Amino acid sequence: MEAPKSKTTTHPSGDNRFKLLDRAITKHQAKGDALIEVLHVAQDIFGFLENDLLIYIARALKRPLSQVYGVATFYHFFRLKPNGKHTVVLCTGTACYVKGAQAVQEALEHRCNVKFGETTEDKNISLISARCVGSCGLAPVAVMDNQVVGKLSPEAAIERIEEWERKPEEVPA
Amino acid sequence: MTIEELIEVAEKEKKRQSQYKHRILYCAGAGCVSCGSNATRDALKKALKEKNLEQESEVLGTGCMGLCGEGPLVKIQTDDTLYQQVDATRATKIVEQHIVAGKRVEENRVDTASPFFASQQKIVLKNCGEINAESIDEYIAAGGYEALGKALTEMTPAEVIEEIRKSGLRGRGGAGYPTGLKWGIVRKGQSEQKFVVCNADEGDPGAFMDRSVLEGDPHRILEGMAIGGYAVGANQGYIYIRAEYPLAIERLKLAIKQAERMGLLGNKILESQFNFRIDIRIGAGAFVCGEETALLRSIQGRRGRPKPRPPYPSEKGLWGMPTLINNVETYANVAPILVNGHAWFAAIGTPKSTGTKVFALAGKIRNTGLIEVPMGIPLRRIIFDIGGGTSEGTEFKAAQTGGPSGGCIPKEHLDLPVDYESLATVGSIMGSGGMIVMDSTSNMVDVAKYFMEFCVDESCGKCVPCRVGTKHMHGLLDKISKGKATADDVLLLEELCMMVKQTSLCGLGQSAPNPVLSTLRFFRHEYDTLLKAPEVFIPSSDGKATA
Repeated sequence: MEAPKSKTTTHPSGDNRFKLLDRAITKHQAKGDALIEVLHVAQDIFGFLENDLLIYIARALKRPLSQVYGVATFYHFFRLKPNGKHTVVLCTGTACYVKGAQAVQEALEHRCNVKFGETTEDKNISLISARCVGSCGLAPVAVMDNQVVGKLSPEAAIERIEEWERKPEEVPA
Repeated sequence: MTIEELIEVAEKEKKRQSQYKHRILYCAGAGCVSCGSNATRDALKKALKEKNLEQESEVLGTGCMGLCGEGPLVKIQTDDTLYQQVDATRATKIVEQHIVAGKRVEENRVDTASPFFASQQKIVLKNCGEINAESIDEYIAAGGYEALGKALTEMTPAEVIEEIRKSGLRGRGGAGYPTGLKWGIVRKGQSEQKFVVCNADEGDPGAFMDRSVLEGDPHRILEGMAIGGYAVGANQGYIYIRAEYPLAIERLKLAIKQAERMGLLGNKILESQFNFRIDIRIGAGAFVCGEETALLRSIQGRRGRPKPRPPYPSEKGLWGMPTLINNVETYANVAPILVNGHAWFAAIGTPKSTGTKVFALAGKIRNTGLIEVPMGIPLRRIIFDIGGGTSEGTEFKAAQTGGPSGGCIPKEHLDLPVDYESLATVGSIMGSGGMIVMDSTSNMVDVAKYFMEFCVDESCGKCVPCRVGTKHMHGLLDKISKGKATADDVLLLEELCMMVKQTSLCGLGQSAPNPVLSTLRFFRHEYDTLLKAPEVFIPSSDGKATA
């Protein structure tokens, strides 16, 4: 008996999120040229790109895994590891630099005991640096849990971190 | 849709607008949204509802109004009043005093006759902050798509290119290549399929001109690209935009949908034989993708790594086809040139650099924000008249243009006219338009180190001079800034700069040493004060060398 033909391969785990991904792949006619678009969609759905996901995409687009992995690691926007519960995206653009973003950076690194680009051991806070978020008029700027905070001082940044640390149970996962 | 119908839409929209006694505009650019302009909007609407004025007043969101440091901004278009720092309470007050009683609220009113506004000349930003960024009707009422109509019905592609060439328009992405010339090359290409690409991968830190144009006047870019497509014979366009600009992406998507629905994009545009589609490609955070060959590779789903030129994209670009690639601001200039004629445009600015340039003014300056000035304006007027001088009353030290590819202009050159050639004479570049002001508290060695760190991070790794050279230069700058270097290290740094500049594959590497070279040229004393005395080796009596 022949297996029913389907246009895209479905993931054996039965995870419904793959259906969304399949839809995006079909939309681009499974063309390898659409790799970056597909990775964007995948990261939107899954939050980050784990190896299994990259293998799946490589097969669906008929591209070597090395190329998919190469693209995923080349671009800063793609994450191969999950973020912490809270994120601080600190702008390190020129305007923010001139207005003292470095002091904020040092204060945060010292307080959280991790470097920028890393997540705290308890997976609570991720420190991320961004090139420029384009709100130069408000420098220095950070995006704290998707909220843009302008004219940020090291003290204000630490205060927010302490708030997050105090009430982890009230925060939606 | 025909041209007559287009005019009809414009008339209808103008009539609709004239129904309102007041048009209340709030800035919905990314800067003001992050200061809470949505709360301002809600407060305005609520206050109008309470006073029963909803029928005669319209509240709408526009693109950037310019004064980004003082947001949220609100403008009463009817009598041209601008208010700054309008929070919810002030919004209510504006409705109560200005709209109801007809008395301007003086406490947070911005003087629109001040040099910040009076010294500017707006072509690219003409609609930004004046029309609803999400309405195609308002764009058409403001004269939108008139140029496309004119090109399709009255002009041949060759005439369009000739018009652009005569206007003297040069690429606004930074290098300043004559736009008309580039269009002509793509037109000559013998190929069934050609492409038009808009470079909206605004990667320079501290630059937000393109974002503001895309957020505030997205249709202008679509129109410019469509005219470009008609001129060079392409029927497919791509806008390559940074993923960091979600609002601009959203507005572009909406604009494309609106234009398609009205028959201004798609098949048989304005009942002509011309077809043109535009798709969006979202970048993924790589500075090198602002380089054209890298950008094209990224559109094709690959790593953004540059290729040696020639062949140039205008001969062999996307999928090997001739590809026209221009910056956002360049496309934004196209429609006004066709409507007003090349002579009008060429009369603005200097003979070699015509037109205007948009700058994002930021750093230690009183008025941060988005400005548009005629080319050739002295730097002093930008910093002191428009910018209002340094923010804390400290002494002006340098203006940085061109981001990590540019240089620092010291106060001795404040009277330099801002155009492509003059900036090059002091070792900087026009760049895409970021202008960061530094005052006496900024340490120039640290600034050079900051930019080098950026280049180390963003080097794609394809060619050795850039990959290894930037890393090594950063190491030397680090050594100097920590006071551990000698005069020999500075010499080595200079040598490395020249080597990387001359041998790198693409613009990123070739221009990476610029911030170092320009700070060395104008602020060498700051390097010198950090140097320690060279270690002298004196042979001791037993023949062993000691320090």
